[in-house]
Amino acid sequence: MAKEIVAGMDIPGVPPRVNELRRFVRVFTSRRVVLFGMVVIVLFLLTAAFAPWLAPYDPYEQHLDQSLDLPSRTHLLGTDTLGRDTLSRVIFGSRYSLMVGVIALGIAAAVGMVLGLVAGYFGGWAQAAIMRLMDSLMAFPMILLAMIVAGMLGPGLRNVMVALGIALVPGYARMMCGQALSVKENDYILAEHSIGASHIRIMLNHIFPNCLPPLIVMITMMMGTTMLAEAGLSFLGIGIEIPNAAWGGMIAEGYKYVIDAPVLSIAPGAALMLVVFSFNMVGDGLRDALDPRLRGTI
Amino acid sequence: MTAYIIRRLILAVVVLLITSVIVFLAMRLLPGDPILLKMTSSEMRGTSPEQIEFLRHQFGLDKPLFLQYFDWVGGAVRGDLGVSILYQDDVWNQVKQSLPPTAHIGGLAEFFGFIIGVPLGIVCAVRRGKWLDTIITVLANLGITVPVFWLGILLMYTFALELRWLPAFGYTSPVDDFWASTRQLIMPVFCLAVFPVAAVMRQTRSSMLEVMRQDYIRTAWSKGLRERMVVMKHALKNGLIPVLTFVGLGITNIIGGLVLIETVFNIPGTGRLMVFSILNQDYPITQGITLIIAIVVVVVNLIIDISYGWLDPRIRYN
Repeated sequence: MAKEIVAGMDIPGVPPRVNELRRFVRVFTSRRVVLFGMVVIVLFLLTAAFAPWLAPYDPYEQHLDQSLDLPSRTHLLGTDTLGRDTLSRVIFGSRYSLMVGVIALGIAAAVGMVLGLVAGYFGGWAQAAIMRLMDSLMAFPMILLAMIVAGMLGPGLRNVMVALGIALVPGYARMMCGQALSVKENDYILAEHSIGASHIRIMLNHIFPNCLPPLIVMITMMMGTTMLAEAGLSFLGIGIEIPNAAWGGMIAEGYKYVIDAPVLSIAPGAALMLVVFSFNMVGDGLRDALDPRLRGTI
Repeated sequence: MTAYIIRRLILAVVVLLITSVIVFLAMRLLPGDPILLKMTSSEMRGTSPEQIEFLRHQFGLDKPLFLQYFDWVGGAVRGDLGVSILYQDDVWNQVKQSLPPTAHIGGLAEFFGFIIGVPLGIVCAVRRGKWLDTIITVLANLGITVPVFWLGILLMYTFALELRWLPAFGYTSPVDDFWASTRQLIMPVFCLAVFPVAAVMRQTRSSMLEVMRQDYIRTAWSKGLRERMVVMKHALKNGLIPVLTFVGLGITNIIGGLVLIETVFNIPGTGRLMVFSILNQDYPITQGITLIIAIVVVVVNLIIDISYGWLDPRIRYN
């Protein structure tokens, strides 16, 4: 909905009309650290997409004669115990982090939002049943819940995504429920009811879109948390199995040789931290830019 | 207030009951038969089907699921969490031995989280936009980002392996040797405290900024009160209420972090026992620890909820 600034509209008490998109862009880009995060995320996505072209070597190719080489001109970040190029493994690791982040969050957001929407919209027993279940799941630390599920399902990429997906559901359900509870009190929802709109239609067409802004912020923020959790699981040996080049598993592998080659742990950890930091900062920026209290301000 | 407390208590009990059902079902609906697992773990290979049936009966696994649940919860209430498959020992016994290091390290991390996080948050809020605020905020943003196990490895490499200032791993009870214990604790506690310090600082900063905008603070300023008075006496009281929530959040986060940190620093605590039991499919231990953690989290959150209602009367009537 594009609004134009009309001359003479600045009557006291009436908020001036502003272009919402333009305000969003201005607030979002006003902090340098947010822009930095944006750049890192774009680079991260490009790295994951073009890993085979960017990596100087095959991340799984072993050269036992070059075991634990120090960083040099041929291997910028050195090699691991099997002589695999660390830089190439870090580059390929971005794919796992991205895939786990996107799919686990996708599962969690889809399930959590539906549950939260139903709970918040219908209230009463539906809300009590769903939200008490979610409260109970929240009694476990997220990584512990994922550990238990992953431990039950066994290690492996797919199971890690399912485990993290399940562990993250309660957060989304709670947020969506709270949003739906407040949005459904609006007059336009009452109007929908009075023209005989179905529950499904009201929920999907009217409540859902109006609940989205804080959820978008949450999804961005949780992207980093999910990647951290995946790395934690892989570090413990309950996540993505070795020899796959996932950052958490690489940190664990490097931990064994930390005296001889600390770079084996440092490099994937630094990459992980940089990406998680960027997602958090962009989430912060989105929150500021989507803040409803700013609506209508210039 | 009494009605509020009773409501919260009932809610906590409901949550705990659902939690126990989830824990129970998760373990029972697993692929894999606990008896067969027991068979392969102990030296009882070549057991006849009749003997297996007998064991099944002995462990109550031939009963209907809901009776098994009541048996388990009934036992748990009396402190009987079953027998570990791997250690052939009482689960509670095993967990009890692992609790002191975990509680010690986790408690210290939570304590430092608040002792350091709150003052930093206040300083940042008061000096908003100044260089000190910028530096602390950037550090806090890094603090909620850093992978805790990676930080542990870095610290260990730097301070234990290279500089040799601190012991690389292990745990000593402070009762046995306080100095050795403290030296071993510095790195793990630091790693675990980074997140709570950063999170508490961010929360304190934003809620103090919120409070400082209130009318009664402007009144306090216009009365000519000194900054120390306005900040410490008027703003802090209300500014700290939202920070309370972080006690609960801190606990869950520290428990999650302990699992990783105990693995990095080789500390014989509950977190490592948990990882070990999951990796070795020792379900009774996993189940027992999970239940204990859920109880701790629910009780802490109950206490927070009640103190919240006590400090902020608006909450009570919601």
